[in-house]
Amino acid sequence: MDSALLIHRLQFAFTVTYHYLFPQLTMGLAPLIVILKTLAIKKSDETYNQAARFWARIFGINFAIGVVTGIPMEFQFGTNWSHFSRFAGGVIGQTLAMEGVFAFFLESTFLGLFLYGEKRLGQALHWFAAFMVFVGSWASGYFIVATDAWMQNPVGHEKAADGSVQLASFWALVLNPWAWVQYAHNMSGAVITGSFVMAAVGAFYLLSNRHLEQARIFVRLGVIAGLIVSVLQLFPTGDWAGRMVAQRQPVTLAAMEALFDTQHGAPLVIIGQPDMAARKIDNPILVPKMLSFLTYRRWNAQVHGLNEVPETDWPQNIPLLYFSYHIMVGLGTLFIAVMAIAAFLLWRGELDRSRWMLWLLMLVFPLPYVANTAGWMTAELGRQPWLVYGLMRTEEGFSKMVSAGNGWFTFLGFAGMYTILSFLFLFLIRREIERGPEPRPAPEQPKSGRLEPAQVS
Amino acid sequence: MATIWFMIIAVMVAMYVLLDGFDIGAGAVHLLIAKNDIERRTILRAIGPVWDGNEVWLLAAGGTLYFAFPLLYASSFSGFYLPLIMVLWLLMLRGIGIEFRSQLHDSLWTTAFDVIFSVASVLLAIFFGAALGNVVRGVPLNADGYFFEPLWTDFRVGVNNGILDWYTVLIGVVSLVTLVVHGSLYLATKTEGELNARSRRVAFVLWPVQVLLTIVSLAATLYIRPGVLANFSTWPVGYVIPLVVAGSLVYLLIAQRQKNDRRAFLASCGYIVGMLVGAAFALYPKVLPATTDPAYSLTIYNTATGAHGMKVGFVWWTLGMILAACYFVFVYRMFRGKVRVEEAASGHGY
Repeated sequence: MDSALLIHRLQFAFTVTYHYLFPQLTMGLAPLIVILKTLAIKKSDETYNQAARFWARIFGINFAIGVVTGIPMEFQFGTNWSHFSRFAGGVIGQTLAMEGVFAFFLESTFLGLFLYGEKRLGQALHWFAAFMVFVGSWASGYFIVATDAWMQNPVGHEKAADGSVQLASFWALVLNPWAWVQYAHNMSGAVITGSFVMAAVGAFYLLSNRHLEQARIFVRLGVIAGLIVSVLQLFPTGDWAGRMVAQRQPVTLAAMEALFDTQHGAPLVIIGQPDMAARKIDNPILVPKMLSFLTYRRWNAQVHGLNEVPETDWPQNIPLLYFSYHIMVGLGTLFIAVMAIAAFLLWRGELDRSRWMLWLLMLVFPLPYVANTAGWMTAELGRQPWLVYGLMRTEEGFSKMVSAGNGWFTFLGFAGMYTILSFLFLFLIRREIERGPEPRPAPEQPKSGRLEPAQVS
Repeated sequence: MATIWFMIIAVMVAMYVLLDGFDIGAGAVHLLIAKNDIERRTILRAIGPVWDGNEVWLLAAGGTLYFAFPLLYASSFSGFYLPLIMVLWLLMLRGIGIEFRSQLHDSLWTTAFDVIFSVASVLLAIFFGAALGNVVRGVPLNADGYFFEPLWTDFRVGVNNGILDWYTVLIGVVSLVTLVVHGSLYLATKTEGELNARSRRVAFVLWPVQVLLTIVSLAATLYIRPGVLANFSTWPVGYVIPLVVAGSLVYLLIAQRQKNDRRAFLASCGYIVGMLVGAAFALYPKVLPATTDPAYSLTIYNTATGAHGMKVGFVWWTLGMILAACYFVFVYRMFRGKVRVEEAASGHGY
């Protein structure tokens, strides 16, 4: 691979992977905060309000880091992928600009109001601010997914005289079927992260015998929401996504499954390492005919293998793609199991006392981050060698004028900057969790200027 | 239609400079104006609820540029690769400075973040000015419409450009002084007592500097780009722009004499808009002149997207802006008024 191409890919992959650690939590928490706020008003129970404020503070920290790491994403389309931007900017610039105009203004404005304005707004408007933050963050997600969906499944465009593509149908772009499927799958993935994190913090408080009232709310909401979205993640959204790939990117499906040869009644690989040289899977554990059934709903359906296309059209890194996909699916299955057991214990009223389950809930929260990241890696590695599927190859899209040396300079700079950000983030989150959802006892002479929307003004 | 989008983007950039300009300017004078912890918190509270909303204008302008003029976006962003990535780092550092400073009540911690916030603000003001200077001066575009500039070469204005040369550094200094005045005047409207007096003093002392720099930068521009006045003779209505600039400067002095902070701030807004519109007007229809061969220059016509995209964009853009304007009015009304030192001391927010 051309070394300049490599560094441009590395930098984008690194910055976007890091960035998405934060929006997945904010998009996941946003609906849960709305639920907490709704319960607070319905039950007129201050405990729920304290819970909502606590999560809004966690949201605020994540949102801030999401914004500062998000700005580079938009810029890098131009700085690092200028040939791609020139080619496709007239189309995907639409969805990216709409994110700025519709979602960011909304989200940043109402988050400010939610965090700082509870006293001035009153309860009903404060609920409305929470709801608008939810709408803004989810709209933002849609525009980004629609942008990626166009790269996966380009629609609504036409070729212009200079070789670039132009928008031909706005609605085709915005209502891309790929976007709807990917969005549903992605958003339930985000809520998995949100609910696992909420349950983990609740479990932590219960185990350390602190903030018990709010902790029970966290665990209850985290487990109920977590079970619902974990199931949705597999069926129907995961199923839709899989069949969409099979239909529109058959090579990608074959690479995800490391299916080297076209088969009738293709098996599903549970465990095994792809051997690219010998074109087989080492020590495989298979479920016979399952892949055919999942893809086409017929046990003996034919599934296209990699042998049907020339190697130059294969995704370049099939083993990484294969493992990303299998890690995503494996963890997704685990999430259903964990949440189903937790929900069963909750239903029996035994969850508070099942210390082993609370330990498990507390420790398992990093895995949704892994699964979401692996899912995005599956989507983006699977699209290779195309930058825009079928229209532009990745090696045609990067900034030819930006040398590998300048690319390494900025990549290392980003790595350093994000290391600092990580430390600050962990420090702040630890402080919020240490402080907890309950108001501090002596508000008379607070020593520090922390974010306390509720108690003063 | 391309002209309309040119104007829209110019307006969005101007909005960004007006809005984020005052918090960048406030950051640049942060260490100078605010002497103790409570005063510094007062400054941060004055910009705290609005700064990231202001930065959204940069994103929105960038996104709009992306779909309306894809080639311009692609060419300028990759050509200005190094300064743009550094601007990103500075924006991050500034955000970190604002948001993390008051998280710990420890003098070492707060001082460190005050310095980060202030230094990043100063550098941003200079970088943005230098970027504008590059656009006016022109860049070494090749036949495909691409270029790449190192940070500096020999500091001379020629074909072998760097991002920084004497001209772009000069514009960077103009930008710094302008934003410092702008930020100080904003702080004056938002503060009382000592802070208010110091903010006024900074803006007042810098007035003659600002006038001098305006004249010098105009002369320098005429020197490096003699053809820059052509549009003014084609469309004489353009002569309104220098009048707005000069009038704003005069009114700025009058308003300061009258101790009317609001009007002084508005005068500064008028000055900034005048300068930016003047630059855009002089360039039109070019958007990135070439120093290599004038024929390689990027114009709104050879960089614009297709007609359908522009029309569709116009519909949703108008809708989005109406919504955004509603949120902005709402938020500024919710948080209107002065930030009192006691309020900052009471512990909530920054």
